[in-house]
Amino acid sequence: MSIEAPGSVVFRNVRKDFGSFTAIHDLSLTIEPGTLVTLLGPSGCGKTTTLRMLAGLEHPTAGKILIGGKDVTMLPANERDVSMVFQSYALFPHMTALDNVAYGLESSGLKRKEARERAEEGLTLVGLGGMGKRLPAELSGGQQQRVAVARALVLEPQVLLLDEPLSNLDARLRRRVRTEIRELQQRLGFTAVYVTHDQDEALAVSDRIIVMKDGVIAQQGAPRELYEAPTSAFIADFMGEANVVACDVIDVGNGAATIRVEALTHSVPGRDARPGPAKLAVRPNAITLEPSAEGAFSGQITHAAYLGDHVEYEVKTAAGTLFVVDPAVERPLTPATRVAIGFKERGVAIISS
Amino acid sequence: MEHRNRRLDIVLLLGAVAFLILPWYRIDGGFYGFSWLANFPGDPAVSPAILQTTMHGRPWLGIAALLLGLALAARFIGDPMRRGTLLAWAGALGVVFLTVQGLAVGFSGWTWAISETLFGALADGQPSMGAGAVLLALAFALIFSFGLAERGVMRGDAFVVSAIALLIFLVAVFVFYPVGSMLVGAFQDFDGSFNPDGFTRNISDPSIWSIGCLTGGGRCGVALRTFWLAVMTAGASTLLGLAFALVATRTGFRYKKGLRLLTVLPIITPPFVVGLALTLLFGRSGVATQAISELFGIEPGRWLYGLTGIWIAQVLSFTPISFLVLIGVVEGVSPSMEEASQTLRADRWRTFWHVSLPLMKPGLANAFLIGFIESMADFGNPLVLGGSHGVLSTEIFFAVVGSQNDPSRAAVLAIILLCFTLSAFLAQRFWLSGKNFATVTGKGDSGAHIALPRSLSIGVYALVIPWAIFTVVVYAMILVGGFVKTWGLDNSLTLQHYKRAFSIGTRDGSIAWTGVAWNSFWTTMEIALISAPITAAVGLLTAYLIVRQKFAGRSVFEFALMMSFAIPGTVIGISYIMAFNLPPLEMTGTAMILIACFVFRNMPVGVRGGVAAMSQLDKSLDEASLTLRADSFRTIRKVILPLLRPAITAALVYSFVRAITSISAVIFLVSAEYNMATSYIVGLVENGEYGVAIAYSSMLILVMLVVIAGFQLLVGERRLRRENRIALPVSLHEEKTV
Ligand SMILES: Nc1ncnc2c1ncn2[C@@H]1O[C@H](COP(=O)(O)OP(=O)(O)O)[C@@H](O)[C@H]1O
Ligand SMILES: [Mg+2]
Repeated sequence: MSIEAPGSVVFRNVRKDFGSFTAIHDLSLTIEPGTLVTLLGPSGCGKTTTLRMLAGLEHPTAGKILIGGKDVTMLPANERDVSMVFQSYALFPHMTALDNVAYGLESSGLKRKEARERAEEGLTLVGLGGMGKRLPAELSGGQQQRVAVARALVLEPQVLLLDEPLSNLDARLRRRVRTEIRELQQRLGFTAVYVTHDQDEALAVSDRIIVMKDGVIAQQGAPRELYEAPTSAFIADFMGEANVVACDVIDVGNGAATIRVEALTHSVPGRDARPGPAKLAVRPNAITLEPSAEGAFSGQITHAAYLGDHVEYEVKTAAGTLFVVDPAVERPLTPATRVAIGFKERGVAIISS
Repeated sequence: MEHRNRRLDIVLLLGAVAFLILPWYRIDGGFYGFSWLANFPGDPAVSPAILQTTMHGRPWLGIAALLLGLALAARFIGDPMRRGTLLAWAGALGVVFLTVQGLAVGFSGWTWAISETLFGALADGQPSMGAGAVLLALAFALIFSFGLAERGVMRGDAFVVSAIALLIFLVAVFVFYPVGSMLVGAFQDFDGSFNPDGFTRNISDPSIWSIGCLTGGGRCGVALRTFWLAVMTAGASTLLGLAFALVATRTGFRYKKGLRLLTVLPIITPPFVVGLALTLLFGRSGVATQAISELFGIEPGRWLYGLTGIWIAQVLSFTPISFLVLIGVVEGVSPSMEEASQTLRADRWRTFWHVSLPLMKPGLANAFLIGFIESMADFGNPLVLGGSHGVLSTEIFFAVVGSQNDPSRAAVLAIILLCFTLSAFLAQRFWLSGKNFATVTGKGDSGAHIALPRSLSIGVYALVIPWAIFTVVVYAMILVGGFVKTWGLDNSLTLQHYKRAFSIGTRDGSIAWTGVAWNSFWTTMEIALISAPITAAVGLLTAYLIVRQKFAGRSVFEFALMMSFAIPGTVIGISYIMAFNLPPLEMTGTAMILIACFVFRNMPVGVRGGVAAMSQLDKSLDEASLTLRADSFRTIRKVILPLLRPAITAALVYSFVRAITSISAVIFLVSAEYNMATSYIVGLVENGEYGVAIAYSSMLILVMLVVIAGFQLLVGERRLRRENRIALPVSLHEEKTV
């Protein structure tokens, strides 16, 4: 695997200004061939802009973009070996599904007949064989989406770009389509860059996730790494809810650190933690509650809500209010109960800030 | 890289052909006659630039060859940035050089005295640019664009850069250069030397500025008369337009459909036809005049020939336009405002007066300014009805064609006219923009418009019904007029006028077009059919650039284009003959000048329609096409154009019809060989052949209706679903989140 191989993507110190507004500050990243990488972040953080620069629809103000080891920074969109699935699908409303899929093939110089044969194959690939004669308006949302994917895929691009491809589908369909996309990607082995603002989606489909915030990369890594070892309160909170608690690191060694909150000590994975005050991210379901007047770390329930398969609590402690998800529905705690607080092994991480 | 080299190679080859093979200068007999081939390439009049440079004493043309060589050298540079820079410079310098040499060296040597002292006298001048020069200029413009594109301008899209560069180039040549020439012409003598006498004499001429009619000391000057007429016309047509709009939207009037039909009329009516019909009614021998003089024994008067007559004709002509503008305004006032007012205990009259009307004010001002500009620019009605009481547009015409032949006076009058219309245009653009309260939101505004107060609705009907009847009578006159022998003298019916105009005979077994109108009729059709697609194409391309591409100076570009719409036809006409009568570009007397005039005069409407239509197409459609390997040209052809069909039809129809009906600019540009229908009809009117003129006019209206229907069929509907509803699919409605 090298950044020279077809399908690799490299951004080198890329910056993008819109007038006086800087949408992307000094972005550098590398994407390995054959992987599905997600750009994740809140709305307006610059995901689409990054994707569009990769597609050639925007040109960076500074920096370089390489695809398959080749500098494409100045290359117009139609001369780049990438294709894109648009958020709105952007199917040409006056062409049939088949013509839509054949469009790119014909643009690249294929004969009409051959283009149509390949397009038919593409439609079959996404499970729409035989639907080629329909106009986009005559297809359901999910089918339109698949036509858009087929249209991009038949070009066999080095990199497939997807900009929030599921946002126009209803919730039930979303789960199915995202699995389909992921399967297709793994089966055909192309590189894909996937933009979304939904962390569940990102966790479900990605080999790697790049989280962006205000035009810079906040953190990148495998889904598990981001979830379990967030390096900032922002990531911790964005990748699923988290309580941020002040703590003291009292001992470091063997890739683990011992921390103390109040009088409670706990061992967490901590690669480069240093002794001293730090912040701790604790997932709501990583907290245990025991009714008890006294404890190493204690608090008082202020609010409880029964939600069927779990109970949500708010617990007031000296370190702040904690949000807790407790699966023990058979033993509900009532507000004003004093509790002793403990941490589970997983779901607690030091955020080095 | 191969792609870039291929397109560059083609253009370099074009440049080489232009320099080495094509005749450099204009061929007198016309390039497409190909009679020049006989003397090619030895004769200096037809030889290519290479021979002009080496043998015929025009060594400066060698610079163009050097610049072309520079571009060729750049082709072999590997580094794309340096290559792009060099190409851009070679192209830009090439265009500038060709322009400057064309302007600097005229028929008989240097045009400007300063260059003669700098470089010494020239042995010989040069004629106008010909095929070679024009093609080379085009090649340089393209080389310049390719260079910029390779440097990444416009995301490296060579088609877009070239389109912008060529459009700017064309608008500069066909709009700004002529108007500039006219401004300069105001300060020139016949031989082209600087002489402000003509300007000072004319600008201070009392016959232009006199305010005698106000102070009681005789007649007013033509500037003041024109202004006064324009204000009166604009006022009256706005008032009538509002009345029509109120009837059409706020009353239970039964014939609303018929009212809407009125709005089509001004589009297909040649501008002088209304004046002509009025003559048949109220002229010295008009039906109405005769009837009144018989009934009351009043001596038939000449009151129609003058400002009063022009005013009536203009109000008839422009009320439908104002109606069209004001329908939107009246409907745009949100019913909920009116309902709110009523719940606040205001009666209908108070609601109308204090809520509805103030909300319409900006719209009314807009209609007024449009009426003002139209009246100022109108040429046909004053020509037919003006008599000796001309307005600016006709005075300009008589200053050049009449015995006066005073180009400087024409230029001064044109400048004054231009000042009036441009002020109105600027007022419309800047003062009114952003003041529009009457907005149509996408949300369904529930509630109904309140009915008009009783007194007002009576007043409105009192205005609308007589005027509508009057309009119908006037148009009936146009239809009937062609079948009446001699108005006033012999009112018997006849086909003689139609025969005279459109008879067809057979001679030697083949068809002979013996009617007097055929010649100008076919010329008109030919020119209108050639210019309509060009106008539509240029207009929609411009719209595409304005809506879809971001480039520095885009708003200036758009503004300049729209401004050319406010230049009266007469001003365009006079500036075209002043600019294109001499080197470097000579086009007077050709079909080309007529086509150019139509294309650049009518383009703004195509632009406006295209902008409106294109703003509704989701931008991601173009982007999707780009990422699917299509270049922007293919994108336009395969995606945008098919989705813009309604706008294309509108642009085609409009430019076709305008090419047939317009007279103001045309009358300056026609020649014996290329005479247009409208100017021929005006000639008939001047000879007093009203019957034939009217017959010809009705024929034109009929032909336009047929062709409009034809265009509609040809372009067809855009098909977005099988049952062919116009609703757009989901993907078009989805707002892209940028
Ligand atoms: N064409 C543009 N002109 C000006 N600002 C833009 C443009 N495109 C995006 N932006 C701004 O850049 C920022 C990043 O936008 P985008 O990449 O679309 O965010 P997202 O992460 O939601 O996809 C936003 O603040 C947006 O307003
Ligand atoms: Mg986005």
